[in-house]
Amino acid sequence: MAADRVEIRLAGFGGQGIIMMGYVIGKAYSIFEGYEATLTQSFGPEARGGACSAQVVLSKDKVLYPYVVQPDIFVAMSQEAFTKYYPTLKKDGILIIEEELVDLSGVDITQKLFKIPATRFAEEKVGRRLTLNIVMCGFFTAVTGLISRDAMRKAVEDTVPSGTEELNLKAFDVGYEYGQQVLGK
Amino acid sequence: MAEIKWTTADPKGVLTGAHYIDGNHAACEGALAAGCRFAAGYPITPSTEVVERFAARIPLVGGMFIQMEDEIASSICLQGAVWAGLKAMTVTSGPGFSLMMEHIGFAAMTETPCVFVNVQRGGPSTGTPTLPAQGDMQQARWGSHGDYETILISPSSPQECFEFIIDAFNLAEIYRVPVMFMMDECVGHMTEKVVIPEPEKIKVVERRWTDKKPGEYLPYQPDPEDLVPYMVKAGDGYRFHITGLTHDERGYPAATDVEIHNNLVRRLCEKITKNAHKIWKWEEKDTDDCDILILSYGISARVALRGIELAKERKGIKVGLFRLIVVWPMPEQRIIELAEKVKAIIVPELNIRAQVAREIERIVKGRCPVIPLGHAGAGVHNPEDIYNAIVEAAK
Repeated sequence: MAADRVEIRLAGFGGQGIIMMGYVIGKAYSIFEGYEATLTQSFGPEARGGACSAQVVLSKDKVLYPYVVQPDIFVAMSQEAFTKYYPTLKKDGILIIEEELVDLSGVDITQKLFKIPATRFAEEKVGRRLTLNIVMCGFFTAVTGLISRDAMRKAVEDTVPSGTEELNLKAFDVGYEYGQQVLGK
Repeated sequence: MAEIKWTTADPKGVLTGAHYIDGNHAACEGALAAGCRFAAGYPITPSTEVVERFAARIPLVGGMFIQMEDEIASSICLQGAVWAGLKAMTVTSGPGFSLMMEHIGFAAMTETPCVFVNVQRGGPSTGTPTLPAQGDMQQARWGSHGDYETILISPSSPQECFEFIIDAFNLAEIYRVPVMFMMDECVGHMTEKVVIPEPEKIKVVERRWTDKKPGEYLPYQPDPEDLVPYMVKAGDGYRFHITGLTHDERGYPAATDVEIHNNLVRRLCEKITKNAHKIWKWEEKDTDDCDILILSYGISARVALRGIELAKERKGIKVGLFRLIVVWPMPEQRIIELAEKVKAIIVPELNIRAQVAREIERIVKGRCPVIPLGHAGAGVHNPEDIYNAIVEAAK
């Protein structure tokens, strides 16, 4: 990922914390790494259960075109999101999935693929299912290497509701450590 | 000599530091930094976050937010707050903006300084609530009945939402007009880094209070230099009358007097047209020896920059960008100068009726072709479309 502009799409159900993931990634890169990050979101009128997508553009310079066209990285948190957006992922991109919510059978994946049961980990290892998005943030940080662990942890701490920082940092570490394990580090 | 008093921002309203926030939140922070202490609104997508944040922040700063029963009420309620001495705004989107037209005219006629924020979405009617457009640009200028002039400002990033809404409040105070802060859904919902400076670095205009005593003061006697009258507020011991009817310098209705009407309406327009050079704000990039000029505003100008890069990279075409920040009044002389040098002017905007492009055509008067590049909204231009238009125009 040496390119000046990195496009990321995060997609799943409304209620999974997709927008917050995008927010944490953007904040880490822009506020704590000091570069530029633009977050846009597409949403329907539903508050829960509808398809939800967050798009983040990371750049060393000012982001001109704010939307994601052909993502370098796609994080799929639901089957519907995977089916809808997988075709736009770059051929040499990175695909990250919530492996218990996305079934890849019958699809020939040509990109680098990373899988994590983020929801189950949030339930079993963190003790709060709600933290699944932060587990995924940790995993994303480890497997992409785009943003430092430190910047991401600061962004998590700065973003989550007060009183839940410790819980969410734990969730982040669970995802991060699993990511390192997957990479064989 | 018109007396404009500049001061610095009240630290209470200034959240100094780097934030990762969207354009709507940034506009709210800019308004607070500018000294806005009252907002009335009726929530509407995609503008709701502006007043949501205002409602949450204002009790800490000292001021008031009222959620009114609708946009008609909101747009007049804020004017009451202005005459009680506060700086005030309302925030809305297309359908609400249509409802506010009557009272935008009232603010123009009564010379009530205030800011109307319109986070534009696709129309007509309820259109595309969650998607952007720039289709209210002519409405913002001419939407209320009768002759008047106003000021339109268009930001292209959350940082500019913060900075330029401060300009909007300042210009409203200097010229005593309703200023239209024309955002769009893309800029409103886009989250980026916003750096808020120290309060002492933020310049704020104070209201043009009269220095005359009760009895001597004429509410609508204009300053001879910039044609703007001075203000008082309710409770200060002055007798005055605020009316939407044509009025004389005392503020008394004179609705059948041709001369008074003529003088008043001309002054309402001329205080903007004659001071336009002090209001203009634009940005140029590579316009010194360009063959093609892109002239745009808001999110469309930002997206166009990518199209310009493509034209330079792929074909080596010399393209300049002229970005209007204050969209009305327009810096006509500079546009004419450029029109005399370039092969064509392309105007990308998120409406298909050439709402700003037709104004450029009027200014350019055939000196070069003006090519409207309209997009109906519910999205922004694909930079490739801007690239293609550049290549076509350069042939």
